[in-house]
Amino acid sequence: MEKILMKGNEALAEAAIRAGCQCFFGYPITPQSELPAYLAREMPKRGGVFLQAESEVAAINMVYGAAGAGARVMTSSSSPGISLKQEGISYLCGAELPCVIVNIMRGGPGLGDIQPAQSDYYQATRGGGHGDYRTIVLAPSSVQELVDLVYDAFDLADLYRNPVMILGDGILGQMMEPVVFKERPKRELPPKDWATTGMKNRKQNVINSLYLDPVKLEEHNWKLYRKYKEIEEKEVRYEMINCDDADYFVVAYGIAARIALSAIEMARERGIKVGLIRPITLWPYPAKAFEEVISRAKAFLTVELSLGQMVDDVKLSVNGRAPVYFYGRPGGMVFTAEEILKEIEKMRGWPDETGI
Amino acid sequence: MKLVFERPKSLQETKTHYCPGCGHGVIHRLVAEVMDELNIREKTIGVAPVGCSVLAYNYFNCDMQQAAHGRAPAVATGIKRVLPENIVFAYQGDGDLAAIGTAEIIHAAARGENITVIFVNNAIYGMTGGQMAPTTLLGQKTETSPYGRNAQSAGYPIRVCEMLSTLDGASYLARAQVTDVKNILRAKSYIKKAFETQINKKGFSLVEILSPCPTNWGMSPSNAIFWVKNEMTKVFPPGIYKDWEEGR
Ligand SMILES: Cc1ncc(C[n+]2csc(CCOP(=O)(O)OP(=O)(O)O)c2C)c(N)n1
Ligand code: SF4
Repeated sequence: MEKILMKGNEALAEAAIRAGCQCFFGYPITPQSELPAYLAREMPKRGGVFLQAESEVAAINMVYGAAGAGARVMTSSSSPGISLKQEGISYLCGAELPCVIVNIMRGGPGLGDIQPAQSDYYQATRGGGHGDYRTIVLAPSSVQELVDLVYDAFDLADLYRNPVMILGDGILGQMMEPVVFKERPKRELPPKDWATTGMKNRKQNVINSLYLDPVKLEEHNWKLYRKYKEIEEKEVRYEMINCDDADYFVVAYGIAARIALSAIEMARERGIKVGLIRPITLWPYPAKAFEEVISRAKAFLTVELSLGQMVDDVKLSVNGRAPVYFYGRPGGMVFTAEEILKEIEKMRGWPDETGI
Repeated sequence: MKLVFERPKSLQETKTHYCPGCGHGVIHRLVAEVMDELNIREKTIGVAPVGCSVLAYNYFNCDMQQAAHGRAPAVATGIKRVLPENIVFAYQGDGDLAAIGTAEIIHAAARGENITVIFVNNAIYGMTGGQMAPTTLLGQKTETSPYGRNAQSAGYPIRVCEMLSTLDGASYLARAQVTDVKNILRAKSYIKKAFETQINKKGFSLVEILSPCPTNWGMSPSNAIFWVKNEMTKVFPPGIYKDWEEGR
């Protein structure tokens, strides 16, 4: 199969079209701008809709309308833009509408900068908008994985009638790597018989998140809860590298995992048996991965481009059974493998200490 | 027996939740009659706003989506781009359309989005209990302008039809009032024209309808009608503001 050298943002856009994305609504923001630019060029040629909205707020609500009308639809943005989309994401979850939302993260808070960061983890995995809801969050760590996960994202969205977020950072969006667009078997998906397409020959369809009757609202929220539980059971994804003989573990996702892997290789050369746990789904969180190694784990080191967000999920997964350390930089600047190596060495020096 | 009056097919049999003398019910009926007459019910998708008409999907007998506050034009855009051969309308109040959703309505109009918007202007926020709206008249008392709207601190009422008429993408803009039979029929003819604009793919259409809110104005239904006729129309003159067919 043909390998093509592509920038992350553009590869993602191409994969979306191949995954059957029919429309895209977005608003420009760095470092994801190549993605809408690519779709603006390609969508009209390939029978899709591209529309640059007047704001992120409008874009996500266009997504809502299009998803409600039964289309495969995507939007993309970066941190401040995703904050604006939170209103719509809450409504999409409430109304159970499938869509794909890309967040190519940059440094914050506020305007921050356009350099890579992983500081939107809480926002992505905890809801971000109002109400008890979850979005499936996929965190690729290479351009190839970015491409592969786009297909999954659309399928998962349709399967569970829920927004799916692809969470990358500026580096992933901007880096060029060879990718292969593999033919994928089509997944069996439920019919969109709930969509508003005009009510000829059937009952009225209504897309809605309003439940004025408190009993009905509670029922609806329990129904969403059961769906989230099902996703937690069936859709957890993670990768474990060099873990078979390891007694120390680094936990990292996305681009941080790539850098951590170099550090792990350096550590192994020095005789430290350390492995990498790389969550691919950030929600549902792969607590399972920790169970596989907890009986022999001496310590865990969480590495993130933030001041410590995913480390909470690591601690929940480890649940006091081993020390959990954290190393991070708050976005903008990226750590080096050497810096992580130092932390790994420290972790080995303090095996009996409790974590941070 | 000869049948002389019946419920339009496009309206469901529902008990009204609107207050006595409210304009929303009348306007719902007009939209439904137009949908029947144009025979578009089965291919129409309506978008309900946030406001007193949030439950519009319980009244209209067509597919409906409920939108976040002010976002109906964006939601309608999303639907229309996916289903260009269907008919899409948004139904919005003045708080919804002229405050929180100002950007969405202006840009839907500027894009010439081929949708129809029914804009109910009752010069107040109904659902949340009578706060000042962007369309509240100078001097008008509301919960949040208790001494009467004062231009110095609260600014001036927004005239939506006039404002949108500067946009090339807007094809049909008209303002009516639901105050008496003649005006109600005129409102209906405007609504019909607005839907025909969309059917003919002529772009964005909006009908603003001056409508009483006796509850929050603190008036009897009949006084509320007089107030629309005598006070609101001075600030919001009824008429056709843009019509693609007549080149204005
Ligand atoms: C984001 C958001 N802000 C505020 C509200 C509260 N709210 C509900 S209805 C409404 C005003 C509606 O007024 P209008 O659009 O004039 O419609 P009416 O009720 O008069 O028909 C407001 C502010 C909300 N639901 N969502
Ligand atoms: S509060 Fe006003 S707008 Fe709302 S239903 Fe009552 S009369 Fe109508």
